[in-house]
Amino acid sequence: MLEHDVLVIGAGLAGMRAAIAASANGANTAIISKVHPVRSHSNAAQGGINAALLDRGDDWEDHAYDTIKGSDFLGDQDAIEVMCRSAGSALIDMEHMGVTFNRDDEGRLGTRAFGGQRRARTFFVGDFTGQALLHVMFEQLIKSQVRSYEEWFVTSLIIEDGQVGGVMALEIRTGQLHAIRAKTIIFCTGGCGRIFEPSTNALIVTGDGMALAYNAGAGLMDMEMVQYHPTTLAGSGVLLSEAARGEGAYLRDKNGNRFMERYAPNMMELASRDVVSRAEQTEINAGNGVNGCVFLDCTHLGEALIMEKLSQIREIGIDLAGVDMIREPVPIRPGMHYIMGGIKTDIDGQTSIPGVYAAGECANVSVHGGNRLGANSLLDTIVFGERSGNHAAEACRSLPFVDFSEDEAVAREERRIKEMLDRPDNGDRWGAIRQAMGESMVRNVAVFRDEQSISEAVRDFAELRDRYATVPVENKNRIFNTDLIFALELGFMLDVADTIAYSAVERRESRGANARTDYPERDDENWLKHIVAKKGEVGPELSYLPVTITKWQPEERKY
Amino acid sequence: MDVTIKIRRYDPEAEQPGSYWEEFAVSVADNATVLDALIKIREEMDGTLTLRCSCRSAICGSCAMRINGHAGLACKTPLALVVDENNAITVEPAGVMRVIKDLAVDFEMFWDKIRAVEPYLQPAGVEPEGEYIASNESMLHLSGVTACIMCGACVSDCTVLEVDPTFLGPAALAKAYRFTADPRDGNREGVSRDRLRSLSEETGMWDCTRCNECVQACPKGVAPMDRIMALREQAVEAGFTNNNGARHTNAFTESVGHSGRLDELRLPIKSVGGVTNVGAMLSYAPVGWRALTHGKMPPIRHKNVENVEQVRRLFRKLDPDLAGPQIGRNSPFG
Repeated sequence: MLEHDVLVIGAGLAGMRAAIAASANGANTAIISKVHPVRSHSNAAQGGINAALLDRGDDWEDHAYDTIKGSDFLGDQDAIEVMCRSAGSALIDMEHMGVTFNRDDEGRLGTRAFGGQRRARTFFVGDFTGQALLHVMFEQLIKSQVRSYEEWFVTSLIIEDGQVGGVMALEIRTGQLHAIRAKTIIFCTGGCGRIFEPSTNALIVTGDGMALAYNAGAGLMDMEMVQYHPTTLAGSGVLLSEAARGEGAYLRDKNGNRFMERYAPNMMELASRDVVSRAEQTEINAGNGVNGCVFLDCTHLGEALIMEKLSQIREIGIDLAGVDMIREPVPIRPGMHYIMGGIKTDIDGQTSIPGVYAAGECANVSVHGGNRLGANSLLDTIVFGERSGNHAAEACRSLPFVDFSEDEAVAREERRIKEMLDRPDNGDRWGAIRQAMGESMVRNVAVFRDEQSISEAVRDFAELRDRYATVPVENKNRIFNTDLIFALELGFMLDVADTIAYSAVERRESRGANARTDYPERDDENWLKHIVAKKGEVGPELSYLPVTITKWQPEERKY
Repeated sequence: MDVTIKIRRYDPEAEQPGSYWEEFAVSVADNATVLDALIKIREEMDGTLTLRCSCRSAICGSCAMRINGHAGLACKTPLALVVDENNAITVEPAGVMRVIKDLAVDFEMFWDKIRAVEPYLQPAGVEPEGEYIASNESMLHLSGVTACIMCGACVSDCTVLEVDPTFLGPAALAKAYRFTADPRDGNREGVSRDRLRSLSEETGMWDCTRCNECVQACPKGVAPMDRIMALREQAVEAGFTNNNGARHTNAFTESVGHSGRLDELRLPIKSVGGVTNVGAMLSYAPVGWRALTHGKMPPIRHKNVENVEQVRRLFRKLDPDLAGPQIGRNSPFG
């Protein structure tokens, strides 16, 4: 049987960082991903990575404060301290590995301004920082010679007597099922954006790790905190980086007014994302948009700056909307982008299940609380990816392998897959179920939400879950059967969708991204706490955890 | 917009596997991409249609395929720009690589070539405490190469790889250039001598025929062929001229610079290092014999073009250091 001390699931930035760290610490490490590592969604991070560098006169405490305020005081301050203190060395490590960061006139790393931060501390590679980092991390993965299972899809965890002993995985190109035994498992599977339609997220972002951990008994924390990004392209919903506003772009309504002056007079377009998205949605709802959009105006930035620093999003505008941002404002709207919530972990990535870790977007440490600052996600992946890898490598030295029968594990999973493939055609399609789920989510658990709308989503999901139980898989073959994989992913998404809706209806206040029109104020007295969803008999069961506050007391949040 | 998508399909599990064309009529938005149409077919019409795709915004590199015969990203290609007069397009899997199923090809050879160029920074000396100091221009130049998303479009349409799978190919060589051009890689002067030495060997930089297909195919403006030409300049600059490619380039330049035309008889001889290379001379024998018997043998006495001095003047103007017709230095002409 395939066997590893540390098995990392997901090969984006967090996953590869974790695998490289675990391997460097002497653990027999493998990484498994349903796509080739460089296809991972870390690619899509455009704007940059935050770090407060001491030698630039910046201070980790300032970065921490901006992050805490951005989180609407829901982030755990001990975790935020770890992240902001480590940011400088994590950044320099990436530079030493070969990232081609933009420089200043002295040849040192250059910065740009980003939302919700009082000084420019976002380091960047044009407007494709995530891709640049991901490819360099892949280079390091090659160098480390970590075993990499590429295009292997993890279908379930192997749990024996309540202990997690490994995973079942489908080798996509052959259709063969394999059991992989592991002492420790690190989930780095990213977010769950495809639960929403539209979303900026790639088609692979289906909450697999969240669902696997949830179904194994781990808690998903603050799942109601879903970030709607202020600048997603009309039509396709593809992301246009916050870097545009960082470089000085304006948001305008249909009459050309910079409406942000009424919502965030100091920070204007560079207020926190939740604040800007609410402002846009308010303007659109008031009839000040065009076709459900307001405008991102870059025309005053000049061609030279756009070509040097924003060339990729310019191309996206031209290819997908026929608009050249050098010449005209681009129609944009808030769009689902990121989930602050995720598998609850401590600062070393440990979940409540022994031997099971999580890092990156699928995890909730929690450093983003109610709203993530732009350019903190890349930082999160690298810092906590590395910490998880280090800790798991250490922990597996005293952990035994869990004993289980490979044949039985494979046979059990074969039966489950066969049942799906053998379902009779009933006219339904997984694509239709996913579309209905996504549209319900965006309609009901939107930038603004209330009890009635969220309850509607809960009802929709129950109905869709019934349809899912009998949905046929059209492709009956084994080699590269993406049809089967999409059907399995939909199951993961439906599990996670419930936790989002249940948590959103539970939080009866407006904090961060959870803007409740029926409870428009933040309520520190009753709701300065995390909501944790665990799998119950008939759906998520909710409980609370306190927020860790070290030295920054909650205060009114103004930009 | 109503369009017809003709897809070249392949099912490895069919009783008699073979590729075949299938047409799908789909209705999509006017600004839809090729990928939008393919996803619609997959989700609503035929769940067995197999392709890789993920980000929908030309950054993950999953959906390279041949659209109307040329490689490109399905997500970056608006349908309206590529449909013919009947509102139809053809879609085929990427070339060169083996087809697994429908539009999904086996990337193993692609990654093998990437791994072969040791694709990670190899600096000499001790790492600085902070970042390496480097000019913004040098980083912007490199970012033009690191913008490569490894989609394989260049490899798909590479005319050398089509006939010689041992060639490192455009993607791997562009990746290699990303390091040789990095001031942080190689020795103290930022010269990556070991890389340039090994890339000068057979299957490396000199095997490119400059057909320009990779430049056309690249959806990210990486222009792999231009990077390969830059590699050649770096290699010659670093003194790696003892190979057929560099000698060929040198002999080419020398001949045209001297006589105004190519000396087709001596070019191949000079490329392999002269008549003393007996093995190569013997390998030329069959070609020479066929040329002779078909009246295609180039003249033994090589003549100058009329007004050859004008050509020589041109050469001197291109490179003022050249004193006369004997061009000792290299140029990317080749």
